[in-house]
Amino acid sequence: MGPAHSRQQRENTMSATAISSSEDPERLYNEREQRLNDAIALREPDRVPIIYYTMFWHATYTGMTFKESMYNYERLSEVTKRIVLELQPDAIAPPHWLNSFGPTLELIGYRQLQWPGHGVEENHSYQYLDREYMKPEEYDDFINDPTWFIMTRFLPRIGDVFAPLAKLPQFASVQHLRLVQSVRAFGDPELQAAFAKLARAGQEMERMSQCAGAFVKEMKALGFPLGQAFTAPAPYDYFADYLRGSKGIMLDLFRHKDKLLEAMERVIPLIVNSAIQTLRDRPCKIVFMPMHWGLDGFMSPAQFKTFFWPQLRRVMMGLIDAGLTPLVLWEGNCTSRLETIADIPRAKAVYWFERTDLKLAKKVLGGIVCLKGNVPVSLLNTGAPDEVRACCRDLIETVGKGGGFILDGAIGIPDEAKPENVRAMYRSVHEFHS
Amino acid sequence: MTQASAKLIEAIADMREDEALALAREFLDAGGDPKEALDICRKAMDIVGRRFEQGEYFLPELMLAGEMLAQISAMVKPLLANQTQEEVKSAGTVVIGTVHGDLHDIGKNIVVFMLEVSGYKVVDLGIDVPVAKFVEKVSELQPPVLGLSGFLTLAFDSMKETIEGLAAAGLRDTVKIMIGGGQIDEAVRAYTGADAFGGNAMAAVSLCRQWIAQ
Repeated sequence: MGPAHSRQQRENTMSATAISSSEDPERLYNEREQRLNDAIALREPDRVPIIYYTMFWHATYTGMTFKESMYNYERLSEVTKRIVLELQPDAIAPPHWLNSFGPTLELIGYRQLQWPGHGVEENHSYQYLDREYMKPEEYDDFINDPTWFIMTRFLPRIGDVFAPLAKLPQFASVQHLRLVQSVRAFGDPELQAAFAKLARAGQEMERMSQCAGAFVKEMKALGFPLGQAFTAPAPYDYFADYLRGSKGIMLDLFRHKDKLLEAMERVIPLIVNSAIQTLRDRPCKIVFMPMHWGLDGFMSPAQFKTFFWPQLRRVMMGLIDAGLTPLVLWEGNCTSRLETIADIPRAKAVYWFERTDLKLAKKVLGGIVCLKGNVPVSLLNTGAPDEVRACCRDLIETVGKGGGFILDGAIGIPDEAKPENVRAMYRSVHEFHS
Repeated sequence: MTQASAKLIEAIADMREDEALALAREFLDAGGDPKEALDICRKAMDIVGRRFEQGEYFLPELMLAGEMLAQISAMVKPLLANQTQEEVKSAGTVVIGTVHGDLHDIGKNIVVFMLEVSGYKVVDLGIDVPVAKFVEKVSELQPPVLGLSGFLTLAFDSMKETIEGLAAAGLRDTVKIMIGGGQIDEAVRAYTGADAFGGNAMAAVSLCRQWIAQ
């Protein structure tokens, strides 16, 4: 980033700060929240809202390393605040939970991710390691007692600190004097050492949470609500991503389909309950749900209707019945899924599409669910501001027509987006109207 | 074609794994020619590839077809050990890899698999492949086609750097370059300087057919 660029950045920041400080943050907060709620309720807001979401663009933009973002909670708060004041989004995805947990990962010895400075370069995004973490013959163990399986079989495979948990007894089977006898397991020195390390990891996560909480509070005081507050998976992705791996799960569709279906039944209430419990006392009720392995090409429409959608729909209905709003990110292209996923109650969720044509989505889903997206990554990273502006205008005037639309990048702000393109996208909601 | 081979082709193409393996075993136990067994597999894979292109099959079917093929090949291999193996003439060499900074490989692996069953010799350089490695292999093997894979958005720049690296080494004009992965579209193709992009594994096969004269 050259000096000319930094100067322009400072000027923009200053002018944005000047605008916001002259207005009442509480009024702005209410207006923004109303705008977002209107979009979700399929009413026409005063203008199209935009939500701040990024993995590591804040680092690229401000010159900090991705690694620093993962390790320095306070610095992340500081740079995000600066960016939010400049861009003036209508809501923000809290950044710490997306990209500031390096110290805890280290303390756990986590193996499912490679993160900046730990397996990938300091300025590269963290990456998930797609492997088989549960054997197909272990479906029965999972189905019989998911918690015991996760604690004593899965966790030891994905984090060094969890290895001794393999020694824990199956608590669901013991009561009364057998329970008393089972307590013996906690006398094991390796298990004790593991608990001591976990306590240390817990303290670190507490420190991060305090910082994240303070950041959210400060943003609220400055007039910015949250755009999401919890993340939940589709039951199929729960197994594909974290347990069976993408290859394993695709073979399960043929070799172990009944077990997969049965196992997914077991996790539906677990996923729903964890969201409900976490968000019970929180003001933001939006649950982010990124979809990974159900998109076009990754399974047939028939497989989608058997192994993906019915289970996902039940999770969504569980959340909706509890007063929560699923924000489903349909990654990749999901054109062939549109009719199927239209089967949800009206105005209760947000569908964020990455590469699906939003105009087509509007035809099928308009009047049913609020749409979000989808300025292409390639445009934000390699295009010119005028092109971004034209793309946003088109989306606002067509997809935004009649309400029920939130503007964003296809996957938020990509890590390598040109700053002038991001500014053009954020300006467009003020320039154009549906 | 005998009835036995027709049944085996159908079982593989219709994704009936247990039946396909049993029929292959039967075929070989009855003294069937192991080379013919491999030929049967190739014919079945042609059907699978066609169904994939026509939107009837998807990644899970390709994955299972790959598994069936691997298991039948393993049955055939010991029987071929004593025979002098004729080199199967390949349709051409394709060098492929996931560009540096990116650790994703499922898309690339499917492309490798489809290219191989379509008769191409594929040299897979793996994931997180440095520019220098691509340059070295293209220089050494002189392949007509290079495939660059990447799922993350950082891959745009890695692909661009890789192609620039080939140009700097004077190799750009010797090889057709195709790119593919999560976010790749025409704008990214133009940005990276690749010759074409593909949205799925069969697109890669089509590009190779187009670029490599049979």
